[in-house]
Amino acid sequence: MRRSGSPFTGVGIVLAKEAADYLSGARMWLVEALVFLTAIAAAYAAILSIRANIGESPFLFLRLLTMAQDPLPSFIALLGFLIPLVAIAIGFDAINGEFSRRTLSRVLAQPIYRDALLLGKFLAGLLALTIGLASLWLLVIGLGLLLLGLPPSGEEMVRMLGFLVATIAYGGVWLAVAFLFSVIFRAPATAALAALGVWLLFALFWSVVTPLLATLIAGPPEDIFGPNLAYLQTAQALDRISPNTLYAEIALALLQPSTRALGPVFYSQIQGALLGAPLPATQSFILVWPQLTGLVAAMILIFAVAYVAFQRQEIRA
Amino acid sequence: MAEEVVIRAEGLTKRYAATVAVDHIDLEVRSGEIVGILGPNGSGKTTTILMLLGLTEPTEGRAEVAGFDPLREPLEVKRRVGYLPDSVGFYDGLSARDNLAYTGRLAGLSRREIDERFTEALARVGLPDIGRERVGTFSRGMRQRLGLAEILMKRPSIAILDEPTATLDPHSTQEFLGMIRGLKTDGTAVLLSSHHLDQVQSVCDRVALFNHGRIALSGSVTELAQRVLGGGHVIDVEVRGAGIRDRLAGMPGVVRVQELGPELYRVDCDRDLRPEIARLLAPSSELTGIRFAEPSLNEVYTRYFDEVRRAA
Repeated sequence: MRRSGSPFTGVGIVLAKEAADYLSGARMWLVEALVFLTAIAAAYAAILSIRANIGESPFLFLRLLTMAQDPLPSFIALLGFLIPLVAIAIGFDAINGEFSRRTLSRVLAQPIYRDALLLGKFLAGLLALTIGLASLWLLVIGLGLLLLGLPPSGEEMVRMLGFLVATIAYGGVWLAVAFLFSVIFRAPATAALAALGVWLLFALFWSVVTPLLATLIAGPPEDIFGPNLAYLQTAQALDRISPNTLYAEIALALLQPSTRALGPVFYSQIQGALLGAPLPATQSFILVWPQLTGLVAAMILIFAVAYVAFQRQEIRA
Repeated sequence: MAEEVVIRAEGLTKRYAATVAVDHIDLEVRSGEIVGILGPNGSGKTTTILMLLGLTEPTEGRAEVAGFDPLREPLEVKRRVGYLPDSVGFYDGLSARDNLAYTGRLAGLSRREIDERFTEALARVGLPDIGRERVGTFSRGMRQRLGLAEILMKRPSIAILDEPTATLDPHSTQEFLGMIRGLKTDGTAVLLSSHHLDQVQSVCDRVALFNHGRIALSGSVTELAQRVLGGGHVIDVEVRGAGIRDRLAGMPGVVRVQELGPELYRVDCDRDLRPEIARLLAPSSELTGIRFAEPSLNEVYTRYFDEVRRAA
């Protein structure tokens, strides 16, 4: 059956209202403040360390993002850990909050499809996330300019821009997860707990789970001939189910230009290679393309599941 | 000229797995008419409303609202229908104006139209000067009024109100009913769902009584009374004199006589006996009034469901 009218009617209006709500809400300010303070502190600590040996690397700005200085982890490690929290904070009550406020039926009684509401809210969340991350990105570059006294090179800018895009896609995955739970669970607290549970699983426990599963599927890590390649490949494939792994691999390849491969490398593959020599940015992008598309695909897939679930729901408080 | 039918449902049915929520209902509402839908909780009233709004799909049957099919053309339907759910919700952190501007924009109103209509609508619902206040500070009554203001801003041809007075105090309820009558004056058709039978009776032209997903009875309150209470002619007689009760009770066609006050009698009869009563009492007593008594919807409702229970 075909319905008249565009499913996108009203998306812009919902997007504008929701983005304003997200950006001005106290919850968003608190979470953003946490991310900004810790990330800036990590970047600042890295800058102090880099200044001591400024001539060691041609990619100073990239080191600013990847260098860890005790007791703080690196900027990218912090982002990888905290971005899901921001995304979950934005999305955990996106739909069930409308139910509990009893606003859903009133809004959907206006001439829009529910597609527009869900998509508008999701895009607004993604926009809020993008604005926050882009601000942070600019702040770190500004900090680097001020304290290092050097501008970033063109290649560094391209790599950092790629990293920013990957970070937004990574945040988008967690935003979609939060939206999915906000559709499934009517209580916002339950949705938040479920989303945090998934985040904890991938952030802390997945690296413990994957070796066990890989052993079950492909046998032990070592056999009589040495490392078991089937095990390594299985473990890696399982690892890559986690968006955290995909994001970490993208960060590694883009921000450490000497990275030539992600995963097991054979001697035949590195014959003639100058170890430690940086890859051109285009080659690094080719290296992480599957991971980047994987993150975007995961975001779309999870959002699609949330969309189908929302379409099947009854609109009554 | 007969008023245009703005809501028409034919065999409208909604099933959830084995449960039939709405079972082949037929309903018509004309422009400028207020129709009440009554029935116990779970009798299918809200599901019917949601189907008419295009917010849930019927399993069978068809509906036409403002000339459009809610299933295929829900946006057209929603452009022409104002909906006020029970315990209407707003975004507490936003002002009254921002809340209504949001839904106004979704309804396709321009910024100028929103500005003009907002002030007018708030004045009509008795809430002038609250435009900038946050809705989080509003009482339930104020929220319901604001919900009605939203409908007024939209200027719909149909208003669907789902238990709008459920959370209001008696004074606010009376004011709210007056506003509903105002919608009728504007020519808006109103579909009103409520459990407050006296309120429904005071504003509705017709009622439809839902039971187990079906419309068990529909018509004006007088028509329902005739069908449920039997005979159906209830006449109030204001008269001063002696032995009135016995004289009325002795008349052929009189079923029952009640003494409502010192000079007021209610006569249940099987036909319109007003001329006969007048002829009987006028010569020997001081007859000051004789008129049909409005049957009570409450009585109709209670009697109907008592009979349903007995039959079960």
